Amino acid sequence: MKRTLQFGLPIALGILAIGFYQAMYVAPVEATMGEIYRIFYYHVPSNTMGLLFPFLNFAASAVYLFTRRSNPSLAQAADALALASAEVALVFLTIGLATGMLWAKPVWGIWWTWDPRLTSCLVLWLIYVSYLLLRRFTAGGQTQTLAAVLSVFAAVDVPIVYMSIRWWRTQHPSPVFFGGPGAGIDPHMWPAVLWNLTGWFLWGVMLVTLRYQLERKRQRVERKSALNALEAEPQMTP
Amino acid sequence: MSYTRIVWAHLAKDLRLEWRSKDAINGMLFFSLLVVVLFSFAFDPTMAVSRQIAGGILWVALLFASTTALNQTWTRELRHQVLDAQRMAPSPASALFLGKVLANFLFVTMIQVVLGPLFIIFYNLHALGQGWWMAVVLPLGTLALVVNGTFFAALSLRTRNREMLLPLILFPVSIPALLAMVQSTSAILTGESDPGLWINMLAGYDIIFMTLCLLLFETILNAE
Repeated sequence: MKRTLQFGLPIALGILAIGFYQAMYVAPVEATMGEIYRIFYYHVPSNTMGLLFPFLNFAASAVYLFTRRSNPSLAQAADALALASAEVALVFLTIGLATGMLWAKPVWGIWWTWDPRLTSCLVLWLIYVSYLLLRRFTAGGQTQTLAAVLSVFAAVDVPIVYMSIRWWRTQHPSPVFFGGPGAGIDPHMWPAVLWNLTGWFLWGVMLVTLRYQLERKRQRVERKSALNALEAEPQMTP
Repeated sequence: MSYTRIVWAHLAKDLRLEWRSKDAINGMLFFSLLVVVLFSFAFDPTMAVSRQIAGGILWVALLFASTTALNQTWTRELRHQVLDAQRMAPSPASALFLGKVLANFLFVTMIQVVLGPLFIIFYNLHALGQGWWMAVVLPLGTLALVVNGTFFAALSLRTRNREMLLPLILFPVSIPALLAMVQSTSAILTGESDPGLWINMLAGYDIIFMTLCLLLFETILNAE
């Protein structure tokens, strides 16, 4: 954990500092929104990471389900990774939703609209909250299996959510407020986008690694205390 | 014994238990009736708009009611270690799950048979679209609720405060199904749009999640 902090923290913070400089001072002012658009450089990376880490969670859960009998030590590592990526994904999704609302209020005039992408992100957020709640509410060895199964359900559900919400919204077209920067951005904005994407990606990887190492440590402590309890028993009952 | 006979044995046992106690049916029936009455205080049901909100109210009432019953469906297996006996039995675990799903499906369908006419009376409904489509939407929607509900009830069976956990994990995953049920019911009641897309989606949801539940049920049953 120390090594992760020693190497990861300076690199991630350095790139984020460059990203901040690029986003705030170098990138040109957007034509219609003015300075307020600069939250874009934080909103987009957060949401990208919030959509990226769920894939890691699903992959780790699948590895856990396949190897929990044949290779328990690999399965334990996969479960720690699944937990770490779920927590970090939830943090990024929360930041993405919050920055989205902060951005929407001055630009669209409303905090929230039930647009397909917003709604899908909210449902993804809800599913990951329920995933972490399940982990919190279960005890003992069953937590990992149950959580991995729920992760598979989430992975199957999210594409269905996305499609259904798109159909829902195409039936009731919502007013179009503005075209959005997705229609293509000024080439001078790209450095800021890329620096921030890289910076937040490294930051996310570092958080996942730290959380993973913490969870591995907790697993080791738990195993040790279980072993100690087994060894201590004969002495207590003569 | 063949697979269908094992499923039938599980189903018959659940139906017999329910016939003798009538816990789930009575509870669900009164609960959903209460929800319908409470909603009619919250929204004015005499307005023309009632046709648009009725689909949502019907399905939310059924969702809440089935959650209360689904919590009980596995708890009765815990008494006298029946569930441990099920796990040791040589029959496939998915047959146990399928039997439970069919039993719950029948219970919720019975609720709908009673609730449907009451709903029409309370909200002054008459379908402007093709009313008989409801005969397709209701079973498909019920199956979507019951398949995932039964699975997640088994999943949260051995957790702390399981009564609380079931809705917390069931509702987020059921959002697309609920959307499809409400949209297709509203489309039928208002006659403004075609429910076909939503019915197809509901059928797809049922097939996908039924397969997933049958595949993963053994993992859940033996999770220790």
